[in-house]
Amino acid sequence: MAAPLTLVLIVAVTIRAVLFRSSLAELISERVEVVSPLNAWKRVVEGLALLDLGVSPYSGDVFHETPLIIYLFHFVIDYADIVFMIADGITAVALYLAVQDYNKAVFRKQKFALEADRYPHDCIELIRTPKQMHYIPLKVALFYLLNPFTVLSCVAKSTCGLNNAVIALFILCTIKGSALLSAIFLALATYQSIYPLTLFAPALLYLLQRLYIPVNLRRPSFWFFTLQYAVMFLGSLCVIVCLSFFLLSSWDFIPSVYGFILSVPDLTPNIGLFWYFFAEMFEHFRLFFICVFQINVFFYTIPLSIKLKEHPVFLIFMQIAIISIFKSYPTVGDIALYMAFLPVWNHLYRFLRNIFLVSCVLLACSALFPVLWHLWIYAGSANSNFYYAITLLFNVAQILLVSDYFYAYLRREHHLTHGLYLKKKDGSEATLVLK
Amino acid sequence: MAAYRYSVVLLAFALLVCDSTRATPKSDEGDTAEKTKSDIADDIAPVEDVHTQKSDAVSQTQAGRTPNPETPESMQKESLRQWEATEINVDTNADVQGDEEAPDRRDAEATDSVPPPPPPKDQFQEELVIRPLQSGDIYASFQFRTRWDTDFFQQGKKVAHYRLFPKSLGQVITKFSLRELHISFTQGYWRTMQWGQPFLSAPPGAELWVWFQDTVTDVDGAWKELTNVLSGIFCASLNFIDSTNTVQPSASFKPLGVGNVTDQRFLRYAVLPREIVCTENLTPWKKLLPCGSKAGLAVLLKSEKLFHSSFHSQSVHIRPVCQDWQCTSTAWELRQTLGVVFDMHTSGQSRREWSLFKMFSRTLTEACPLASSSKVYVDITDNSQGELFDLTPATPTLSQAVVLGDRRTYSVYDLTTPEPFGTLRSLNILLKWKTTEAADMLRPLLHGERYVAGYGLQTGEIHTLIYNNHPYRAFPVLLLEMVPWYLRLYIHTLTVASKSRENKPSYIHYQPSKDRLRPHLLEMLVQLPPNSVTEVTVQFERALLKWTEYTPDPNHGFYVGSSVISALVPSVVAMDTNSTKEHPLFSSFFPCKEESAYFVRVYTEPLLVNLPTPDFSMPYNVICLTCTVVAVGYGSLYNLLTRTFQVEEPSPGLAKRLANVIRWLRGVPPL
Repeated sequence: MAAPLTLVLIVAVTIRAVLFRSSLAELISERVEVVSPLNAWKRVVEGLALLDLGVSPYSGDVFHETPLIIYLFHFVIDYADIVFMIADGITAVALYLAVQDYNKAVFRKQKFALEADRYPHDCIELIRTPKQMHYIPLKVALFYLLNPFTVLSCVAKSTCGLNNAVIALFILCTIKGSALLSAIFLALATYQSIYPLTLFAPALLYLLQRLYIPVNLRRPSFWFFTLQYAVMFLGSLCVIVCLSFFLLSSWDFIPSVYGFILSVPDLTPNIGLFWYFFAEMFEHFRLFFICVFQINVFFYTIPLSIKLKEHPVFLIFMQIAIISIFKSYPTVGDIALYMAFLPVWNHLYRFLRNIFLVSCVLLACSALFPVLWHLWIYAGSANSNFYYAITLLFNVAQILLVSDYFYAYLRREHHLTHGLYLKKKDGSEATLVLK
Repeated sequence: MAAYRYSVVLLAFALLVCDSTRATPKSDEGDTAEKTKSDIADDIAPVEDVHTQKSDAVSQTQAGRTPNPETPESMQKESLRQWEATEINVDTNADVQGDEEAPDRRDAEATDSVPPPPPPKDQFQEELVIRPLQSGDIYASFQFRTRWDTDFFQQGKKVAHYRLFPKSLGQVITKFSLRELHISFTQGYWRTMQWGQPFLSAPPGAELWVWFQDTVTDVDGAWKELTNVLSGIFCASLNFIDSTNTVQPSASFKPLGVGNVTDQRFLRYAVLPREIVCTENLTPWKKLLPCGSKAGLAVLLKSEKLFHSSFHSQSVHIRPVCQDWQCTSTAWELRQTLGVVFDMHTSGQSRREWSLFKMFSRTLTEACPLASSSKVYVDITDNSQGELFDLTPATPTLSQAVVLGDRRTYSVYDLTTPEPFGTLRSLNILLKWKTTEAADMLRPLLHGERYVAGYGLQTGEIHTLIYNNHPYRAFPVLLLEMVPWYLRLYIHTLTVASKSRENKPSYIHYQPSKDRLRPHLLEMLVQLPPNSVTEVTVQFERALLKWTEYTPDPNHGFYVGSSVISALVPSVVAMDTNSTKEHPLFSSFFPCKEESAYFVRVYTEPLLVNLPTPDFSMPYNVICLTCTVVAVGYGSLYNLLTRTFQVEEPSPGLAKRLANVIRWLRGVPPL
C-alpha cells in the first residue's frame, strides 16, 4: 500500500513544483477564491517586512496570522514552497493513516455485529467488504492531493494548507487514540482559527468510544475523562497562547487575529456568505447579524453530537464541512479538506438523492467564479451581484451536499437496524420518509 | 540621521525667519493709523537713507560672492533707478539690521523731542507680488502679516483686548493651546514645470497642520474640537477631518516658528483633497484682515475674478516669532497669503497683456491705513532691459531678494507714499509683453509627479516620480505619503529606483493603517542623484467598503491626498558660481555657503482611485437571499436532526376522508 501512496505523493509534488515555477503562480495567489485576508501569502510577507521595519505586524490591518506562523516563516521564508508542499503531504499521509485505522475499526465493529447477528438478513448488501474498503485510504490521499482546490491553495501559498495539516494530524491522533496529542493538535488548530473548537466534541466522543466509556452523564468515569481531555486541551491552548505572547511580548495578536475573524471588518469578496451580506447590511443591525452568523457555525455542534454520538468520525466530517461553509473567510482550501473525506463514505452512494445535481452545480460554480470576477472587476460589464449570485449558489450546493450525506448516513443506519426492504402492513413495498 | 533632520529643520526655520523680515523698512513702528500719510513719508525719508547706505555696504560685501552681473550696467544706464534695501538671506544680517535700527530710532526721538510713544504692540504689513510667468500666465501673491507682541499663555492674565489681530483666531490659540497653525485652501493644481515654484506651496483641497503646546494632554480631543471650530471660522468642511485622515508625520512637518519642541505627539496633519474652495471660504478669510476688503490691497480680492482662474490658494499661518533679535520673548505672527494664477486663455484674451484692472477688475487707490507697510512688487528679473515686457507706470525703486534660491529683482510700488498713484489717484499696473511666444524657463530643480498604475479594481500601484534637475548636485528629500486605509498598502512591495538602479532610502518611517481608524503613513528620506528621476512604487489592494461608507458618487472614485516632498534644494545662485560669467576670481572658488541650499516643499497631484462598489440598490435583496441560504442550511440540518425515518403510510384520498367525517358525525365506525 505504501508504494501507490508514494506515487501519488510524487505526482502531487511534481504538479505543484511545476505550477510554482510557472507564471500561473502569481495569478493564482491573487485569486480571492483561493486566498482570504486571513491566510494570503502576500500578507505573511507583509508581516515579516513590518517586523523588519521595526513595526509590530499587528499594528496595522494587513497581517492577521498568528505569531507562531510568523515565527515559523521567519526561519523558512526562503523555503516557503517546500513548506507548503510538505504540509500538503503531511495532511494526505495523516488522513491516509487515519482512514486506514478507522476502516479497521469499522470493519471490526461490523464483524462483531455480524457475529452477534444484529443486522437484519436483507441487509447483506449493505455490509462492507474488505475489498471495497481496501482502496479507501489511498482514495482519500488522492482526493486531497490531486484536488484542484488543494493544488490552487498550495500554489497560492495560502496558510490554509498549514491549518489543514494541523487538523489532519489532530484527526490522526484522535483515531490512533492518543488523547494528549489529539488535545495538543486541537489546541493548535483552535489557536490558528477559532472554529476547530467545535471538533472538541467529536474527538471526545471518539476517545470515549475507544476506551469503552459509555456516554452517560451519570457515570463518573465519563466526567473524569471529559475533564481530563478538556484540561489537556485548555492547558495546551494556554501554553500556545502564552508562547505567542512571549514571542512578540504583546497581546496585540488577540484582537488582530481573533477579533478579525469574529467581527469581519474586511469585506474583500470571497466564496463565503459574509462579505456581501455585511457590505450591504444596515449599520444598526450589523452587530446582531454578526452574532447570528457566527453562532450559526457553533450552533450545530451539540445537536449533531447527540444525533451522531455513535459515529464520531462522521461527526468530524460534518463539523469540518459546516465550518468551511459558514466560516467568515472561507477559501477553497477549506473545502478541499472535507471533500477529502468523501471517499470514506462511498458506501453511502446508493442513498444519495441529488449528488449529480450538486456536483454539476459545484463544477459550474467553480468555473464561473473567475469569469464573473473578471466581468465585475476588470471588464466592468457586470456588477457585484453577479459574483454574489455565484457564491450563493456555490454555498447552496455545498449545503445540499453535506445534508445529502447526512441523510444518507442516517438512512443507512436506519436500514441496518430495520432491514433494507421495508414492507408496509399490507405487504406492499414501503417508502421511507422523515417524520 | 537625527543630525540631518535637525539641520533640515534649522535651515527651514532660518529661511522662513529671514523671509518674515522681508517687508523691510521698519521705518515707523508707531501708531500709523493716527498719523497722516505725509507724516509717515517724512518719517520714512531719513530712515530710508540709512537703508540705502547700508544696502550699498551690503551689496559691496555681497558683490564679492555672487554679484549680479547686470547691476552695474543698469545702475549706470538708469540713474533714476534707486536701489532699495537688499534682502539678505542670513540671520546675522537681520540681526545687524535690528542693531542699527535701535540707535537710529533713538536719534529720531531725540530730534523730535516728543515723549516716547508706548512700544508698538502690534503691526500689520501687506504686500502683493506679481510674477509674470513665461507661459504668458500671471501669478499674483498677496501676503498680509499681522504681528502682535503678546503672550497668549501668560499665567493668570487673559488676553482680552484685540486691535489688529483677529479675535476669533486669538481665542482659538488660547482655547486649544496652539503653538502653530497652518491651514490652506487650494483650488487647482500648481504646475511646477510651467510656472516654477510658488512662494508658498499648497496641495489641492484643504490642508491643515497644527502643533499643540506641550501642555496639552488630550491632543486628539483638542484636534477634533479644533477642526470643528476652524470649520466654522472658515466655512469649510474641515469637520470631515477625523482619525482616518489625520497623521503625525515624524520628520516632514517641523515647527516653523521659534521653540524647539519637536515631539511629533503634538503634531497633527490632515488633508482633504476633495475640498472645493470658493467664495464662502474667501469671505471669512478676508474678514480676518484689519481693513477687511475695504481698503488696501484687499480691495483687489473680488471673488468673481479670483475664482475665474486656473489656480487659487489661500492660507493662514500662525506661529510664534522672535520679538527682537535677542529673542528674549516671542511675538505671534499671523500670515495670511493668497496666491492666484490667471490664465491667458480662461480670461479670454489673445494678447499677453495684464493689468491690475484686468486681473482683479479693480485698481489700487490707497494703502490700508492700519498697515505699517504696503507694497506691490513686480518681478522684473528677466526684464532688466525691458526686452520682454513693458511695465507702466515705471517705478524708480528696485529691490532684490533671494527667493527660493534664485536672486530676483523687483520693481517696488510703495503704497504708503502718494507717488505710485500719480495724478489719477489710482494705481493700475500694466504689463505688456513684447513677444507672443512663451520663453524658456529654467526648469525647477525639484519636481514631483504621481499616478496610479494597473488596471481593474482589485489591485494597483502608486508611482511617485521625483525629479532632480540639478546638473551635478545630489540632495536628499523627505517624501511623505498618506494613503487612506481603503487602499491597503503592501510595504514589502516598496521599491525606490533612480537611474534604473535601486536607491535604498536611508530612513523609513511607516505606520500601517487600521481599518476605519487611521491611514497609512509612509515617510522616507531618499537621496536624489543629480539629473535623475527617482521612482517610488508601492502596490496596494482596493478594499470593498460597506455600502454606507461610499460617497454619494461612488463611481467617481476616491481622492488620495498629495504626497509631500520636502527638501533642501541647492540654489540656483550657487549653481551660477560655476559658470563663466564675470566674477571676481577670488569670489568664485567656494560656493557661498548661506545661499547654497533653500528649503522647499513640493506637493504632487492628488490621486483619484476607483474602488469596487456593491450594488447600492439592493440591501434588502441581499439580506433576504443570504438569510435564505443560511436558512436552507439550518432547515435541512434541523430536519435531519429532529425527525426520524418512518415507513410512509399512504394518506387516504379526499373522498374517503370526507366519507369518514360524515360517518363520524353519524356515529358509525370509519371505513
